[in-house]
Amino acid sequence: MSAVPKARPDDTVLEIEDLSVDIATPRGRLRAVREVSFHVSRGETLCIVGESGCGKTLTSLAVMGLLPAVASRRARKLSLLGEDLLEASPRRVNALRGDRMAMIFQEPMTALNPAYTIGNQLTEVYLLHRGGGIARARERAVELLGKVGMASAAERLQQYPHQLSGGLRQRVMIAMALMCGPELLIADEPSTALDVTIQAQILRLLADLQKDLGIALVLITHDLGVVARIADRVAVMYAGEIVEEGTAERVFAAPRHPYTRGLISCIPIPGRTATGGRLGTIAGVVPHLVGEIRGCTFRERCPYARAECAAEVAVRSIGEHRWRCVHEELPA
Amino acid sequence: MASTALDAATAIVEPAGTVVAAPGFWRRVWKNKAVVGGFGWLLLIVAIALLAPWIAPYDPYAQDLANRTVPPFWYDAGSFAHPFGTDPLGRDYLSRLCYGARISLLIGASVAMISGFIGTTMGMLAGYFGGKADLAVSFIVTTRLAMPVILVALATVALLGGSLWVVIMVLGLLKWDRFAVVMRSATQQVRSLDYVAAAQAAGASTRRVLLGEVLPNVLPHLIVVATLEAASAILLEAALSFLGLGVQPPLPSWGLMISEAKTYMFFSFWLIAIPGAALALLIFGINLAGDGLRDLLAPDGPT
Amino acid sequence: MGGYIFKRLGLALAVAVAVSMIAFLLLRLSGDPAIAIAGEGARAADIELVRKTYGFDRPLPVQYVDWLGKTLRGDLGESIYFKQPAAPLILAKLQVTMVLALWSIVFALAISLPLGVLAALYRNSLIDRICLALAVFGQALPNFFFALLLIMLFSITLHWLPVSGSDSWRHFVMPTIALGYYAAPAFMRLLRAGMIEVMDADYIRTARAKGLPARTVVFKHALRNAVVPVVALAAVQLGFLLGGSVVIETIFALDGLGYLAYQSITFKDFPVMQNIVLLLSVIYVVLTLASDVANAWLDPRIRVR
Repeated sequence: MSAVPKARPDDTVLEIEDLSVDIATPRGRLRAVREVSFHVSRGETLCIVGESGCGKTLTSLAVMGLLPAVASRRARKLSLLGEDLLEASPRRVNALRGDRMAMIFQEPMTALNPAYTIGNQLTEVYLLHRGGGIARARERAVELLGKVGMASAAERLQQYPHQLSGGLRQRVMIAMALMCGPELLIADEPSTALDVTIQAQILRLLADLQKDLGIALVLITHDLGVVARIADRVAVMYAGEIVEEGTAERVFAAPRHPYTRGLISCIPIPGRTATGGRLGTIAGVVPHLVGEIRGCTFRERCPYARAECAAEVAVRSIGEHRWRCVHEELPA
Repeated sequence: MASTALDAATAIVEPAGTVVAAPGFWRRVWKNKAVVGGFGWLLLIVAIALLAPWIAPYDPYAQDLANRTVPPFWYDAGSFAHPFGTDPLGRDYLSRLCYGARISLLIGASVAMISGFIGTTMGMLAGYFGGKADLAVSFIVTTRLAMPVILVALATVALLGGSLWVVIMVLGLLKWDRFAVVMRSATQQVRSLDYVAAAQAAGASTRRVLLGEVLPNVLPHLIVVATLEAASAILLEAALSFLGLGVQPPLPSWGLMISEAKTYMFFSFWLIAIPGAALALLIFGINLAGDGLRDLLAPDGPT
Repeated sequence: MGGYIFKRLGLALAVAVAVSMIAFLLLRLSGDPAIAIAGEGARAADIELVRKTYGFDRPLPVQYVDWLGKTLRGDLGESIYFKQPAAPLILAKLQVTMVLALWSIVFALAISLPLGVLAALYRNSLIDRICLALAVFGQALPNFFFALLLIMLFSITLHWLPVSGSDSWRHFVMPTIALGYYAAPAFMRLLRAGMIEVMDADYIRTARAKGLPARTVVFKHALRNAVVPVVALAAVQLGFLLGGSVVIETIFALDGLGYLAYQSITFKDFPVMQNIVLLLSVIYVVLTLASDVANAWLDPRIRVR
C-alpha cells in the first residue's frame, strides 16, 4: 500500500513500493496486482495471505523477474539489499537469482528435471554462482541435504527425482534454494500440495532454517493456519491489493479490514471457536479486474459497506499496522 | 514395436459430431488459411485435370517431329504456339501436363481409397474389439512396417509388368499401415463414449454400431490421413515411374516425363522443371489442406 | 528394464520370422523360378532338371525351412546376374548404404534441430512461420526431382561435385542431402512441439529461478527432454532410409544396396532380390528394437527402478 516513505533500518532485505502487474488479455488489460508495497527484513517471516487468484503468486514472480511474457510489471521501487531490480540488466538479475534471492514453488512433483540426478541439479546452481570444483559443490549439497533433514544425503545425490516422494522432493527444492546462502527466500505455497503431516514438517523446517540462517522469508499461502504458525508479519491480499498489513499478533487479535475479519471467522481456531458454532463465509465472488477500477474492490461483498466505498479509499494506520478501509474501526 | 508406435498415437479424440456441429465451424473453416489455400489450389488442379480435353491445346500423344524440344514461351526461341514447349518427341508439354494431372489425381484418390478401406477396417476392428484382434492387427502392421515399401513395390511391379492399374493395386495393398494405426487409436477413444454404449445397450448389432456410431465419429481422422496418404502415393508413383517401373510410356505421368527428360536436362532444363514443379505444387496443396483439416477437425488426435 | 527388453526382443523375433516368410513367398508367387534360372526359351527337360537340382519340386513349407536354414547360416545363394555368391555381394553394398543412410540422418538432424528449437522459442513469430513453411515445402518436393536439381546446380553448373559413382566422400554429398532432407521436416515439427511443451514445464521455471543463463535452460534442461522422441523417430527413419534409398542411389549410381536392388529387380535376379528385402526388414526390426530400448534408457524413470 502507498504510505509515507520511511527510512528503513539496515537489515531490510526486500523493499517494494507500488508494484503493479498487468496481464495482456484479448479482452483488455487485466490489472492483476495493483500498487502493492511491503518490505521484509533479515530474520523475519512475512506471510502473504489471500485466496486463489488474488495475485500473490504474480507478486512473487514479479520480484524474481520470472513473469510470463504476457505479464508486465512496474513499480516505484523494487530493491533487493539496496540494489534496484527494476533497472538491473538481465545478466545482473540472473546473477542474483539463485544466489542472493531464491524461490521455491508449489508443486514439488514437477519442479525437478526428471532427466538429471538430484546431485546434478543441486551442484549446478552452486557451480554457476560460486564456481570452484565439483567436489566443493557436492560437499555443500550434502551439507544442505542434511540441514533439510534428509538421511543418507550422499547416496541421494545419485538418485533421480522420480525415486523420491513429494515431501522429499520439496526438501530437495529447499536445499537447492539455499545452496548459495541467499538472503531472501520466497516460498509460494510450499506445503499445499503435500500431505497434511508432511505439511507441518515442511513448515517447521522452513521456520527452523530461517532462525538458523537468518534469512528473510516471504511465505505465500491461502491458509491462515500456516500464517498463525510461523508468521512474524502478515500482508492480506485481495483482488490484487494488500488490504491489511501488520504483525501477526495484531492482525489476528484485532483485524481491521472486513476481509481479514471474514477470513479469520472462516477458520476454526481451537479455544476460540465454540463447539457447534457456525463458521463464517464471505458471500460473493472476486470482481473482474479488467479496465478502470475505482474505490474498494471488496465493497460488493462487505457487510459494512457504505456509499463512500465507491470512491477512493484511504490507507489507515496505527503504528506498523496498516489497512485500506473507510472504517477506522469495525463494529464488533 | 508396433505397440510403441500405436501407443504413441493415443490422445483425446473429439467425436466428429461435436466438432462439426459446434457453432462457428464454417467460420473457422474460412479463417483457416491452410484449408482454404490448400483446397482452393487442389480444386484448381482437379478442374484442370477434369477439363483437360477442353483446355489442352493438343493431343498429349501426338508427336510432331518437326518441332522437337521447343522451349516454353518465356525463352526467346519459344512462342505461345506451345506455351510450355515440347518434349524431345515434339509432344506439347502443356497438354501432357494437364493430362498428367489426371494420372496423379487418379493415383492419389484410388490408392487412398483402397488402402483406406483396408487400413480402416483393420484399425476399427482392432480398436473396437481389443484383445486378440488388437494383437493380431498390431502384429500385421508391425510386419508390414518392417518391409521396405518402395522395394517391394518395385519388385512386384517388375514381376507383374508396369501399368497404371498395377501401380494402383500394389500401392493400395501396401500403404494401409497409417490408416490402421490411426483408426485403431481413434476407435479406442470413441468406443468408450456414451452413445456407443447406448447403441450397444439397445441391442444394435456390432456391424450397425461400427458403421452407425463409430465410423461417423472417426471420419475426420480418416479424412486427414487420407489426404496425407494420397500425397504420399502420388510421390511414390512418380518415383516408380521415374525408375521405369511404374506407369509406362506414352502415358504422361509427371514422374515419367521427368525420367524421359533427364538426359536432356542440361540443355533443356524446363523439361524436368515444369513437371517437377507441378508435382511439388500438387503435393504442397494436398499437404496444406491436410494440415489445415487436421487443425480443424482433429487437433489433439492421433494424427 | 530387463523385462521390457525381453518382451520387445520376443516381438522382434516373431516379426522377423513373419517377414522372412513373406520375402520367401514374394518371389515364389511371381512365377516359376526354374524358368528364370534356366533362361528364356529353355527346353522343358532343362527346366525340369533345374527344378530338381534346386529342389523347386518339393512342397513349399519344406522349401521355406530349407531356405531359412541356409539363410541363417549365411548361404544366400548365388546371384543369377552377377554370377557370384549373393552374401558377400549384398554385405559389401550394405556398407555403402549404411554410410549413406547414417549421414543422411545426421544431415536431417543437423538442419532440423536448430530450426525446431528456434521455431519453438519464437513461437508464432515470423521465424516460426518461416520454419514451418520450409517444412511444408520440404515435404512437397519429390526426392528424385530434388536430386536432379542438386546435380544441375553442383555438378553441371558449379562443377563442385561429381555426378555418379561412389569412390570418394565427394560422391556422397549430394546423395546425403537428397536422401536426408525429406526426414528433416518431421524431426523439426516433433522437436518444436516437444520444446513448446517442455518450456512450459515447472522444472524450466525452477531452472530460471536458479539464475541459469538462457542457453543453459534451453539446451541443458529443455532440449534434453524434448529431444527424446526425436531420437526414437530418427532410429526408425534410419530403417526407412535404408530401404528407401533405391531412387537416390540409382540416380547417382551410388554402389549401394538400393542400386543393387534396382539392378536385381530389373534383371530378375531372384536370390539377390529376395535376400535384400529380407535383410532390410531384419535391420528395420533391429533398429526399431534399438529405438525402443534407447527411448527407455533415455528416460531415467524407466531405466532406474
